[in-house]
Amino acid sequence: MKTNLSINGKRYQIDAPEEMPLLWLIRDVVGMTGTKFGCGVGQCGACSILVDGTLIKSCSMPFSFGIGKEITTIEGTTANLQILRESWQECNVPQCGYCQSGQLIAATFLLENNANPTDEDIDNAMSGNICRCGTYTRIRKAIHMAAAIKNQG
Amino acid sequence: MSTIQKINRRDFVKLFGLTSTGIIIGCNISSDRKEFIPTSDENSFSPNLFIQIHKNGNITLMASRSEMGQGIRTSLASAIADEMEADWKYIAVKQAIGHEKYGNQNTDGSRSVRTILEPMRKMGATAKMMLIAAAAQKWNIAASDCKADNHFIINQKTSEKIFFGDLIDVASKMPIPNENTVVLKKVKDFKYIGKTLKSVDLKDFTHGTAKYGMDIRIPNMKFAAIARCPVTFGTVKSFNSSDAEKISGVEKVIQLDRMIPPVGQFFGALGGIAIIANNSWAAFQGKLSLEIEWDYGENHSFDSEKFSEILTQRVHETGKLVPGSRGNVAKAFTDAKQTIEATYQVPFLVHTPMEVPNATAWFQGNKVEVWAPVQDPQTARAEIAHFFEIPIENITVNVTFLGGGFGRKSKSDFVVEAVALSKKIDAPVQVVWTREDDVKHSFYHATSVQYLKGSIDKNGLVTGWLQRVALPSIVSSFKPLSDYASGFELNQGFTNNPYDIQNFRLENVKAEAHLRIGWMRSVVHIHSGFANNSFVDELAFEAKKNPLDFQLALIGKNRIIDGKSDYPFNSKRMKKVLENTAKISDFNRKRPENHGIGIAIHYSFYSYVATAVEVSVINGNIQIKEVWTTIDCGLVLNKDNVINQLEGAAIFGISLALFGKITVKEGAVEQHNFFDYQMTRMKDTPKITVDIIEAMNQPATGVGEPGVPVMAPAICNAIFNATGKRIRTLPLFEVDFEI
Repeated sequence: MKTNLSINGKRYQIDAPEEMPLLWLIRDVVGMTGTKFGCGVGQCGACSILVDGTLIKSCSMPFSFGIGKEITTIEGTTANLQILRESWQECNVPQCGYCQSGQLIAATFLLENNANPTDEDIDNAMSGNICRCGTYTRIRKAIHMAAAIKNQG
Repeated sequence: MSTIQKINRRDFVKLFGLTSTGIIIGCNISSDRKEFIPTSDENSFSPNLFIQIHKNGNITLMASRSEMGQGIRTSLASAIADEMEADWKYIAVKQAIGHEKYGNQNTDGSRSVRTILEPMRKMGATAKMMLIAAAAQKWNIAASDCKADNHFIINQKTSEKIFFGDLIDVASKMPIPNENTVVLKKVKDFKYIGKTLKSVDLKDFTHGTAKYGMDIRIPNMKFAAIARCPVTFGTVKSFNSSDAEKISGVEKVIQLDRMIPPVGQFFGALGGIAIIANNSWAAFQGKLSLEIEWDYGENHSFDSEKFSEILTQRVHETGKLVPGSRGNVAKAFTDAKQTIEATYQVPFLVHTPMEVPNATAWFQGNKVEVWAPVQDPQTARAEIAHFFEIPIENITVNVTFLGGGFGRKSKSDFVVEAVALSKKIDAPVQVVWTREDDVKHSFYHATSVQYLKGSIDKNGLVTGWLQRVALPSIVSSFKPLSDYASGFELNQGFTNNPYDIQNFRLENVKAEAHLRIGWMRSVVHIHSGFANNSFVDELAFEAKKNPLDFQLALIGKNRIIDGKSDYPFNSKRMKKVLENTAKISDFNRKRPENHGIGIAIHYSFYSYVATAVEVSVINGNIQIKEVWTTIDCGLVLNKDNVINQLEGAAIFGISLALFGKITVKEGAVEQHNFFDYQMTRMKDTPKITVDIIEAMNQPATGVGEPGVPVMAPAICNAIFNATGKRIRTLPLFEVDFEI
């Protein structure tokens, strides 16, 4: 039986088991590969997405959780995500780039809820996302920069 | 005949699969050398580096090395763009497939820039000369009256200018200038090299559109997960897959035999039971539902804790003398005012790149195509040719972006698995490792135990240094029964430490491998850097000297070692990075209570690094407060990339110092995932300052790895400074500071 799922404002008709994690549904069934697999147990944040604006580790949330809700992935756009992308580029954050989808989504969630995060706020909001290349100091700088741009505008 | 050539259009399309418009020039560099190979026959000319200039002004360059976060695509682009006087916005990079025509593509050893920088620059300069010649012909003036500037050729007499793209038709008919007439820019004239450049891939990295291995999608492809024996090289005795086959999405269950490589080459694959499914998750679920009886084999009795005890016993007895030892250590010890002994241990470690090992393969009769995040695509190709008896020219290995490599993706076991499964099911298939697979079946960074003994005279100077090293060798992974560290491993900071000690003795101690051993970012330097710097700090303390002054004295007088090499060790450069780090960290400043500062130096991949770390130890909790690093890596291509790499290396080093430990019980790795093999996170991240020594007239040397080996010893020396507690066994999370 096909079920409706809304991702980045677009509707998809999906036939998949309800217990299938959203990560694999998005990657292997819908075919959008920007959301990444890193650990499968909610430890690394590479699979971060927003579901009705809430930050979710999609490897650990079933398909059924997303039904009837609006999903935002790295392929989507929100005002904060766009500002963050620009500050990410300005700070030359990525190395291998693999975890950055999840980092950007987690940072988007932070900015949605906290227009002017302190270092401690960033520590708390971003410590669920692992970057093995170690770009943390740049991520911190880019979030501060995005907040500053946003507050100016 | 010039060695840089225009490429025959038809060959170009055949070789590179690109459209053949504009100017295409290429050159051929030999594997590990920076010289050009002279080619005498245009028809047989096979370029391995090339640039293509299109009529719209766009410039495409082929990156032959894999991108795994080290910024190689951007660094090489900067060299071409600078010599061409190109505008950065027109530069695009295309990733080369794995093919011997590109020379050695193995992306390891921090050597990509080192080996192909000069050919890249010469190609850029050659292209510029052709564009200038074309403009001079149009204006009917001498080439010397023209100059290139920001994607235009300028007529210096009239200030007229022509866009690069508008010169392509004429320039493409120009002969390639003789290599002897190609003049490279002077350091002071560099526009991009040595400056701050943003990654050429930023847009893709921030929109989720960069294609990593796991992002490859081919019509009708299947997904596979493999259950492998928990004990290295164990085999399947029997299995029951009836539960697995009931899972929605699971299509087939296949037994995969271990692929054993011939001695001396390749890595093969472990084998196991593979689940073929129509999505990754079903494959993972199927794998968990398998009931397998294993024949664990001879590694079943391996216990890493017991192994460390055995190695500890062995390093307290005499080992095999290593060439390069000098003087008379025994006499130095007898004559000394004081001798000091210490034993250091590093556990097994694993790379855990954020993107797990994976590969997509399509076996089509006598032809194989692979898409994979590999550091060494040519070895992948050669392994496929060997194991599946396919002519090598029928094998294409497409290199995707690597979601981190750190050495793990230089082994192509996961590629071989994918090809084997595609052959069995006659369809394209993507093999995906789970994180647990990655932690439990890797090519591990070796454990080590080292014994050091040193002597100090009445002036507090080091008179003798004995070092015994026991570590399972990487060579064991492709040559069984290699029970001692090899020469190339000992040459990573043991035989070539930066210290000027008259009586020096190095001994190699037996250490068998019971896991697959591989190289991880900075490799054996992790062991040498940890023991050398920790022991120097211990000696300084016993000699009642400032550790900074003591390190400087040990590096000794200005000297150059191995003057015949392109990269001789220069003690002056080593001291300079140390002095700079001391300055930027204000090393001798008294730190607050419960805080301490430690320093470490290391010479690796021909680069010089000194790092200071400040820590606090409060109520048993260690916090890394701040890191100051100085590197001298010769000519810098992209300054911001060097800083980014050193920041990352600091985090990588903090991870291994604080958390890195793989243990083995009854032959099986005990850790699973990031909850029990932890990584540094944002909350653990200190402030990091990176300084680069200006050495633009020196050859470019390694950047990706040299920042790692200094971290653990600098942290441990800082902890000693803060608490008086000496850490000789990593990692730190196991140390109890409350006692």
